[in-house]
Amino acid sequence: MGSKSLISLVFVVSIALYGALAIAAPGVYQTRTEFLQEALGTEKPDSDVVWMNAELRNVVTKVLGHPPAMLRMRYWYDASRTAWIIDEIGKEKPITLGIVVENQEIQSFSVLQFRESRGWEIRYPFFTNQFAALRLGKSRSMSQDIDGISGATLSVRAATRSANLALVLDEYTKRRTQAAATTR
Amino acid sequence: MKTKEILLIAALSAMVTPAFAQTPDIDEIWAIVQQQQGEIDALKTELAIADEQLADANLKIEATGDYLETVVVPTGESTTQIRGYGELHYNNLNAQDSARDLEQIDLHRFVLFFGHEFSDKINFFSELEVEHSLAGDGAPGEVELEQAYVDFALTDNLSVKTGLFLIPVGTTNETHEPPTFYGVERNSVENVILPSTWWEAGAALSGHFANGLSWDAALHSGLAIPTTGGSAFRVRSGRQKVAEAIASDAAYTVRLRYTGVPGFNVGASYQYQTDASQIAGDGLDAGKLFTVNAGYDVGPFSIKGLYARWDFDGVAVEAADADTQTGWYVEPSYRFSTLRGDWGIYGRREDVEGGRTQDHFTQTEFGLNYWPVDNIVFKIDFRQRDHELTSEAGRDFDGFDLGFGYQF
Repeated sequence: MGSKSLISLVFVVSIALYGALAIAAPGVYQTRTEFLQEALGTEKPDSDVVWMNAELRNVVTKVLGHPPAMLRMRYWYDASRTAWIIDEIGKEKPITLGIVVENQEIQSFSVLQFRESRGWEIRYPFFTNQFAALRLGKSRSMSQDIDGISGATLSVRAATRSANLALVLDEYTKRRTQAAATTR
Repeated sequence: MKTKEILLIAALSAMVTPAFAQTPDIDEIWAIVQQQQGEIDALKTELAIADEQLADANLKIEATGDYLETVVVPTGESTTQIRGYGELHYNNLNAQDSARDLEQIDLHRFVLFFGHEFSDKINFFSELEVEHSLAGDGAPGEVELEQAYVDFALTDNLSVKTGLFLIPVGTTNETHEPPTFYGVERNSVENVILPSTWWEAGAALSGHFANGLSWDAALHSGLAIPTTGGSAFRVRSGRQKVAEAIASDAAYTVRLRYTGVPGFNVGASYQYQTDASQIAGDGLDAGKLFTVNAGYDVGPFSIKGLYARWDFDGVAVEAADADTQTGWYVEPSYRFSTLRGDWGIYGRREDVEGGRTQDHFTQTEFGLNYWPVDNIVFKIDFRQRDHELTSEAGRDFDGFDLGFGYQF
């Protein structure tokens, strides 16, 4: 078979393969609803927002390395946990991450949607397991380094920044709740 | 009782007596309670109204926030993205033959990525580059389209892409933003043996598994390596850059990678060029490329390496002793953080056996990277290159390079 015939064959097969699988292809590893159901045991848990005031915006800018692309961050919670859905860009496109924090420690970390051209490795347990039980360390950074993945450096950094952000915002909400209780 | 004490008691009595006189009776108390109850009811009503107004205000604030986030805040949820990177180089190299000394400053690359998300499953990626700052007739630079492809996610673990894409070989061909590697210049193996940045047009399937194993299989346009002249059998000169490229003879590339242990990676690729010159009967026929690379990070320590080898068929390439071209490098490094950014020191040893006589050399270098933030890097390195053939000794050099790079 000549190269031209082979190229044509591959082209046709690719289109057919895509057509056959496109309907079933999920594209999203876990929906937001599924994540919240798994994280807090209900599809519609209590929720609140953290507004990015000047002080918090500075803190978040340091954590992310860039100003937050949001005016406020919504989160969901129950008696002991907060759940965060964070979009952070690795190289070109936002990676959607679901992070649950309990007792100032990361209880679970998962990739809900990955849109980048490379760095898919970060969605698998061999990488995400590194975040289990991590908490804030010095200067509000992570208490432990995350080992990188060759070819996925930017995705790894985005994931690490997001985990750090979830811990910082969880701490902020706890302080805010305590301050409100004291005022009462 | 003395007169003074009698007067005092009388005065106190006068002060206390009116209070007893003003004590309300039960009817008056009831009236007061009724009045206070009315005030409480009024306050409750006002509080309820205030609560309603507060809730309404909160809704308005949330709605305003929703709107502002779509029009004012640069959200990452846009379906079209622009990113980029660039690097500035200063080279100061002293050659054995002083006529070959190099002292120049060059904005080596200015790159913009454009991406678009058609849907959750269909994405477009592109990379447009200006090399050496100035392009055009007689100018040293080029405007190049290094990537332009659409990726279709077939399943969570399988995708197909078509268009113009980077060939999945080596360590820096696909990931080459300046903050991601040491040294002002990229390693020589991925210049002479693997002609990085190397892109072709075609289609590729990619798959990966939960254990960290992944694979790529690509059918794409081939090289057109010259067989005569000063660049005869030089792989790098065979890049057609998909610019009205000859497509008589295709090429196939497969790659297997394992990244299942964070910090560790190993990969191997094989490529078959059906005719590496795109011309039948010119003495350069099929070409086979094999590469293997590995890397390991242990805390701040890292080490990585690459081996690449070409085997070409054909009487002319064999006669020129260019039928086997190889190269390897190994690069240990140490990166540490400070309050003002990260620092990294590295060393690199390379051995290159390319197609031309001047492409047979060893190179030793060491240097320093400084990242004030993750996406900006300043670099300095010192290099020494020694050529294998005495006829090329005039090209031996040593010197230093300075560099600055960024990505966003």
